[in-house]
This record gives sequence, structure tokens and C-alpha cells, in this order.
Amino acid sequence: MGEGVARFWREIPQRYNFIGNKCGSCKRIFFPPRESCPYCRRKSMGKMKDIKLNGKGEIVTYTIIHVSSEDFEEQVPYPIAIIKLDEGPQITAQIVDCNIDDVKIGMKVESTFRKIRQDGSTGAIYYGYKFKKVIEQ
Amino acid sequence: MRDVAVIGVGLTKFGELWDKSFRQLIAEAGAKAILDSGIEGKEIDAMYVGSMSSGRFVGQEHVGALVADASGFSNTHIPSTRIESACASGGLAVRQGYLSIASGMNDIVVVGGMEKMNDVVGASATETLATAADQEWEAFFGATFPGLYAMIATKHMHDYGTTKEQLAQVAVKNHANGALNPYAQYQREITIEQAMNATTVAYPLGLLDCSPVTDGAASIILCAADKAKEYIDKPVKIIGSGQASDSLALHARRDICTLDSTVYASRMAYKQANLTPKDIDFAEVHDCFTIAEICAIEDLGFVKKGEGGKAIENKITTLNGSLPVNTSGGLKAKGHPVGATGVAQVVEVTLQLRGEAEKRQVKDAKIGLAHNVGGSGASCAVHILEAM
Ligand SMILES: [Zn+2]
Repeated sequence: MGEGVARFWREIPQRYNFIGNKCGSCKRIFFPPRESCPYCRRKSMGKMKDIKLNGKGEIVTYTIIHVSSEDFEEQVPYPIAIIKLDEGPQITAQIVDCNIDDVKIGMKVESTFRKIRQDGSTGAIYYGYKFKKVIEQ
Repeated sequence: MRDVAVIGVGLTKFGELWDKSFRQLIAEAGAKAILDSGIEGKEIDAMYVGSMSSGRFVGQEHVGALVADASGFSNTHIPSTRIESACASGGLAVRQGYLSIASGMNDIVVVGGMEKMNDVVGASATETLATAADQEWEAFFGATFPGLYAMIATKHMHDYGTTKEQLAQVAVKNHANGALNPYAQYQREITIEQAMNATTVAYPLGLLDCSPVTDGAASIILCAADKAKEYIDKPVKIIGSGQASDSLALHARRDICTLDSTVYASRMAYKQANLTPKDIDFAEVHDCFTIAEICAIEDLGFVKKGEGGKAIENKITTLNGSLPVNTSGGLKAKGHPVGATGVAQVVEVTLQLRGEAEKRQVKDAKIGLAHNVGGSGASCAVHILEAM
């Protein structure tokens, strides 16, 4: 289905630079950023401050996608995980640069900026974050 | 609040119905329900219809009016409202119909649900189902709808020791029930080996852990309970109705293995019915994937969190078990025409409570529960019904 590119570039600050926000009242951090804090509501309005996240976290759960949507067909099989970021929020992302069998719950991961997919009809390339295993020094 | 009863039910065959159109399906289910109810037709005050994505599946929106028209009610000009809540569209339509009578606004309403999923080709049906997920923060990154439930399964296996074999046992049980249901898409049994060795869709879920793509429609007639016996000898009363919401994205939930929307919707329904989970004799639950049935029996309070897999293994939920679950075959074997599913669950519970479920009849069925989930758990409707 055809989508305008505005739908994509609108989310660029978050998807490219991991910009979330922080509630000025309870200090909770959100990603993607929220208009107001679901815990403080009125008290948080006008007090949500942008904050850059460090892009590091841990795998909460995962799957290996064998049957994908058309946009991702050339990438199967690929791991998708829910990641708990160091700052607290949880997100969904692909895990790359490792054997599929290495992906485990509890694995420490860090973000890496990648091509997510290419639109077959318009040729537009969409970028964003994926995650890779943190190599212990 | 007035009491509300189900006085009529109707179903089409579920499956790949190449010779039936979207509007034929809902008209057929509606006509069967009216015939079953004993009403003439002109008594109907309003219609509520559940459809997830007629726009993408058959290129048709505005289906509230379409359904009234296709069923022959455009000339009575009754209000007809379409309800959308992904795979819970049908359950929410039941609740809207229920509320409209309970409030005193209407006396008799038709609730319908339908989906025509096989008119699109290739991957389009699964891509449309994926629109129930968060498009910007799940699907954009390559998560599929089975992939979301697969992540619930991975975590459930990790945290509670649930096994792939227990997942397979859900599919085997539901196919065994489906084999007894003449309306089911799959009226055949499968073996545990077939279920465990099926092609992987999203690890750890294989093809036989997933509900199929289905065409079908379901309809019920609701009536103010004090008038129900004017129309039918065996009305079934809705004694509890609950609905709840949660974050659209799975990753934003309090606990990946718990569908809080199920917990809250069922609490609401139990409280209204003044019952506890122990009082339920049988249930139709939302098994869009095998892991979903395991989570459902936990989140509805039938077993403790983490013990769903064991309950399946111990055959508690089989047709002859202490709590039969998905006697219809469930979404897995009966089929899952998404908008129809929540209504079809109430049809099965009603047939059981009327003692008309034939080969799959549950003995001494007095109180039944229907549980319908939208997406990976962002919405849920629960209804509890009792024979009058
Ligand atoms: Zn706050």
C-alpha cells in the first residue's frame, strides 16, 4: 500500500537519534516521546523534556521471523526482540551481526544505525535502529 | 440497567468461501439468527456489526449501512453501527448491543460480525492483520503479528518452563473439537507430531500454532430479558460484560506474558455477574495462536500465571475435562474471520447453554464465558452467559 514519505521523516529524530523524553514531575523516561506522562497527567503537561537515550539495553524476549511481510522478505529468517533500554523504556527491534542461535533472553545489546527496508514501489529507503550484541572488553 | 438475553443465533460455514461475497455472508448469518429467534423482523431497533478491515480485505467501508441494506433493513431506516477493534471487533459489537438494551434505549437489536479474508491474494491478508499491531514502533522494524505472539511464547517458555509440546497440545485439542463442529473450517484431527513439526512461522510458533485465514459471519439477536420468553423457550442471559484496553505495542506492557486487557475485562464481567473464575463451566477463549490460549486461561483466572501449559497437558480443558475450553474448535480449527470471531464465540456459548451443541455438548453446562482479544492484547471483551 502506498504511503507518503512524510509519515517516515516525521519520526526521524526518534528513530535516528534515540530522542525520548522525561517527565519533569516523576522523572520517568519515555521512548518514543509522549505528549504528557501517563502517571502524572496534568502535572506533567508542559514539563516533558527531550532526552537522548544511550541506545543500550537487554533482550527481554525474542522470535525468529521466518514468514515476513513483503517488505522484509529478502531478510528472512531474522531475529526480532523486545529490548529493555538502560533508561527504562522497552522497544521492538531487529537483532543483527550475530548467529540466530546466539540470540538469548538477557543478552546485552547496543543500537546500530541501519537500513530497515526499501520500498519496492517508490524505491525509498527507510533507515532506523537495529541492535547488536555488546562485545565484553 | 436492564437484563439482556440472547434469543437467536446464526452462523455461516467458516472457511474459504469462494462462492460467497462479503454481503451475502452477513445477510445469511443475520437471516439465520432472526429465524432462530422467533422475531418477525420489524421489532428490530438497531444493528451493531463488527468488522476489522473490510476496507483492506474487500475494498468496502461504510459497512454499518451496507449490512442493514444487505439484510433488508434499509427501508426501516434503523440505526446500524460498525465497530472496529481489530480481532476483538465482534466482541465489542456484542457489548455495544448489550449496553444499548441494558440502558433502556433499545429492546431488540441484531449484533453481527464478519470478515471476508480470502478475496485478497498472497501475503495481503497477513499484512492486513498486522495493522492491528503498532505500525510505527513494531511493524516498521519487521515485527509480524505471529512474531508478537511468538515473543510472548519465548518469554512464557523461559519464565515458566512451558514447552513446545504443550503449545502443540492446544492445537491438537482444538482440532479434535473442530472435527465435531459442522461449521468449522477444519473438521479433522491432527497429531502432536504434525503440530510440532509444522513449518516455522515465527520461532517458536509453527504453522499449526496459528489460526487460519477465514471467510465467515456470525449473528445474534439480543432482547430485553423480561421480553425474551415471548420469542423463544430457551433464552440465554448475559450476566456479565467487560471490556478493557492496553498499550497498542506489546513491548510497552507491564508484563509480556500477561494480557492485562483480559485481566481487567474479565474482572469487570465477574464482578457484574457476582461470580469467580471457579463458577465458569466452560469457555470460548481467543486462541489466535496456541500460546494465546495458554495465556487466556491464566489471565481469566482459571489457573495461576505460568500454569497454563500444565493445565493443557493435564487435559483439564478438553471436552471431557473439568473446564472445557474452545468446544467449537476455537479460532484454530473453527477458523478466525476476525470481525466475526467475538460474535461466533457467543453463538457457541449460547448453543452449549441451550443443550444444542450436539456431538460437542458439555455436560451440565450452566454458565459459559466468551473471551475475545484485539491485536496482541490492546483490547479485550469478555461476556459471561447463563441459561434462563
Ligand atoms: Zn510523570
